[in-house]
Amino acid sequence: MKKLLVLTVFALATAVTYAGGYRVSLQGQRALAMGNTGVAVVNSAELGFFNPSGLVYLENKLNISVGGFGVFSDVVYQNEQTGDFARTDSPIGTPLYLYASYKVTDWLTMGLSVYTPYGSSVEWEDDWAGSHLVNNIDLAAIYIQPLVSVKLSPYFSVGGGPIYVTGSVNFNRNLNRTLTDIDGNRSNVTVDASGVTNWGWSASAMFSPTEKLRVGFNYRSEIILEAKDGDATFENIPNSPLTPFSDTKFDAELPLPAEVTVGLSYQFCDKWLFAFDYNQTFWSVYESLDIDFANSTPDSQNARMYEDSSVYRFGLQYDATDMFTLRAGYYFDESPVQEGYFAPETPRNDSNNFTAGLSIDVNSHFAIDASFLYSRFKQVDASYDYYFENGQSVPFSGTYKSSAFVPGLGLTYKL
Amino acid sequence: MKNYIKYLPFLALGVISCEPELDNPVDEIGFYSKGDTDFSNYVALGNSLTAGYADGALYLTGQENSYPNIMAQQFAKVQETQMFNQPLVMDNAGGLLLAGTQIAANRRVLAVGADGNPSPQIYTGMQPTTDVTNLLTGPFNNMGVPGAKSFHLITPGYGNISGVPVGTANPYFARFASSSSTTVLADAVAQNPTFFSVFIGNNDILSFATSGGVGVDQTGNLDPSTYGSNDITDPQVFASAYSTIVNAMVGTGADGVLVNLPDITSIPFFTTIPNNALVLDAPTAANLTGFFQAVAGIFAQGAIQQGLDPATAQGLAAQYAIKFNAGPNRFLIDVPVTQTNPLGFRQMTAEELLVLTINRGALAQGYGSVVLTPEVMQVLGILQTGGKPTAEQAQLVLGAVSGIDDKDVLDKSELTAISTALASYNATIKGLAQANGLAFVDSKSVLGQVANGGISYDGGNLTSTFVTGGAFSLDGVHPTARGYALVANTIIDAINSTYNSTVPKVNIGAYGTVTLSNDVQ
Repeated sequence: MKKLLVLTVFALATAVTYAGGYRVSLQGQRALAMGNTGVAVVNSAELGFFNPSGLVYLENKLNISVGGFGVFSDVVYQNEQTGDFARTDSPIGTPLYLYASYKVTDWLTMGLSVYTPYGSSVEWEDDWAGSHLVNNIDLAAIYIQPLVSVKLSPYFSVGGGPIYVTGSVNFNRNLNRTLTDIDGNRSNVTVDASGVTNWGWSASAMFSPTEKLRVGFNYRSEIILEAKDGDATFENIPNSPLTPFSDTKFDAELPLPAEVTVGLSYQFCDKWLFAFDYNQTFWSVYESLDIDFANSTPDSQNARMYEDSSVYRFGLQYDATDMFTLRAGYYFDESPVQEGYFAPETPRNDSNNFTAGLSIDVNSHFAIDASFLYSRFKQVDASYDYYFENGQSVPFSGTYKSSAFVPGLGLTYKL
Repeated sequence: MKNYIKYLPFLALGVISCEPELDNPVDEIGFYSKGDTDFSNYVALGNSLTAGYADGALYLTGQENSYPNIMAQQFAKVQETQMFNQPLVMDNAGGLLLAGTQIAANRRVLAVGADGNPSPQIYTGMQPTTDVTNLLTGPFNNMGVPGAKSFHLITPGYGNISGVPVGTANPYFARFASSSSTTVLADAVAQNPTFFSVFIGNNDILSFATSGGVGVDQTGNLDPSTYGSNDITDPQVFASAYSTIVNAMVGTGADGVLVNLPDITSIPFFTTIPNNALVLDAPTAANLTGFFQAVAGIFAQGAIQQGLDPATAQGLAAQYAIKFNAGPNRFLIDVPVTQTNPLGFRQMTAEELLVLTINRGALAQGYGSVVLTPEVMQVLGILQTGGKPTAEQAQLVLGAVSGIDDKDVLDKSELTAISTALASYNATIKGLAQANGLAFVDSKSVLGQVANGGISYDGGNLTSTFVTGGAFSLDGVHPTARGYALVANTIIDAINSTYNSTVPKVNIGAYGTVTLSNDVQ
């Protein structure tokens, strides 16, 4: 019952893309506040995402971290040639997380993590200039992962576990740039699939040569969400044998790419901790978004050709007082989108990200964690060149600018 | 202090909703320049092309995609403008009612027939609901009146609803005229526009052309009140009406743009049915050639019997010994009976045109050549065996010749009348544009390009080919939304160059072409 409740809560959460592709890098207040570093930082159950092998180093028997974010993210588009202008009105995303670890013995810790590393919610005005590519998309994936963390020596531990993913997608776009019914309403299709599940895994290791220096490694496997028999709903289709579109089922695959993170943390001057992570996400698996309709409706093929992308993360933590811990960080997030493949359903380019946050130890058991992220995107002139009309490429180009502003709040409990 | 505290959450929201902002947003006034003019109150004068008429009717989405409305939306990106009001009809069925009785047909849609072939058909999926007796209250920025000729814009009573049943007034203008005695021009001037466009004169030759030239070329007749609806307007009458319009509009202090008239003979209405669509196999061609040798022989004999000298008779008869070849052959047309063409028919010349509305079924049955009945074949048999047909039998052969009626064809003299009038009208328009420092649009050359090779855009090539070319709607005369978008872009180009403005153009690929529907009877 409890599990069901958790699932319900997460299913309600809509996550907004603010990182490269549809990766949502919001998995813990403490890590985010330190520029999303965490693969080599041992300070809470957030390790359940960032590096499960580190859980065994947590001092307390029971550690729980729970929290969420409010994502205020929008995109603005314009084309100077035509004067077309559009601004997304995306819903506020609320990605949530829950991490728990329990120290069974000195060398063994068990854990459970629930988090949402992938998702996207972008809502353009219906029938905007790029509506033949996307009107709106809502993509969510919830990862549920039992974990084990084993200390092999005082200096070295390993961890990991299987991942169960349940995902959903809802995507609407107009069929092309001009088709309408008799009243001029644009013909469009909505594909909807939910409860799409699959399995994956993650494995990690942590090396602590001295008390002050830790080195971490974490790998999370690729998981392909294979939607089978989703619902495709066609609207405003002209009554004509020339447009034989009727509601049907569809199959589609969406990859949730693998990623690897390596990093280190170093404690200095007693109260300071510096952390650096390097992350690579293997986006090259995302070559094309193909929607295979069950009936005679022509299949929809949308080239993506993402590239593997890197993230460079830097974080600082300062134990100001017994009660307050302050954090700040920066990370550079490289876009996986190649030139000519800039599709407005995930309109993201390289971003510079600035983070800050703090923890307040209310008592020896409870701490309140808060964080704040500002993602700064450069204005970019970009185009998507792989939309075709009658076999001819019809690029959709313009100037985009994105912004994301993410406050977050969480609780840490230790016993 | 307490009072202010309650606003704090809103303040916080204001901070949180820090939305992305572009360095130079196009939606901020000042990105585009209005140059030396002012688009704040734009009024468009014209006919069906200005109204957004397409597919043989005026319907809502057609009006939304009228070139003045497209331009007005672009103007609104340049500066603060007044709302661009159009006299919108009630539905997308098209068609008009007059006190409940339908007086204009519904729009055409592209329907797939039982044979699997798509063709334009009248849409019957809904009844027309636009009754012209429901008078609208203006003013309306789009003063395009379908059917209007140049002089109609200055004709009082053209919008008098009581004149509609008797044909002295226009139902489209009657819907939105400010009074029963007003003129289109007066209603335009009364709006005190800051900018105007004039695209008028097409109907001064078009109705002559689409009726196959059954009207009269009124050149020399300076009283338009005596003109029939299918007549060519006298160029002086045109020039006088046009300059009255321009002078009145310029007199309001407005800037503007004048659009010249495209060559109507290159529209699909005249180019879709080729004049050599008489495609024959070799035996049929030989039969037809034989038939016309018989016709020539019968004519010569009859003429000699009536006392004509044989040489002259043979000379006249020679024109009827028309030769047909395997493959395409040009059709025959009826022409007035004259001394030099006593039978009153001849083969079409290369430049002569057939109208889109010609009965294609009849063409397949011998309309435009010969209707070979068994009785006619019998007479031909008699001739082939050297026999001598009776006078009735000979007449049967002559009567089998089925030339295309005048209403279905634009012959050489009609084409000349059209091009002469067109050249004169266009000279007037250009002269008035220059004299008044107005922007001038050479729509003739742009639409000529569409008809001759096409204009490429991001999704293909826009041509005049009927149904598939993209530029012309299913009536073969009026543009599609995409065609109107091209017109709007062409006018914007001229405005920008004359007034040093930077009004952005639209992407014509984003505008639709023909509408598909099988809701037809």
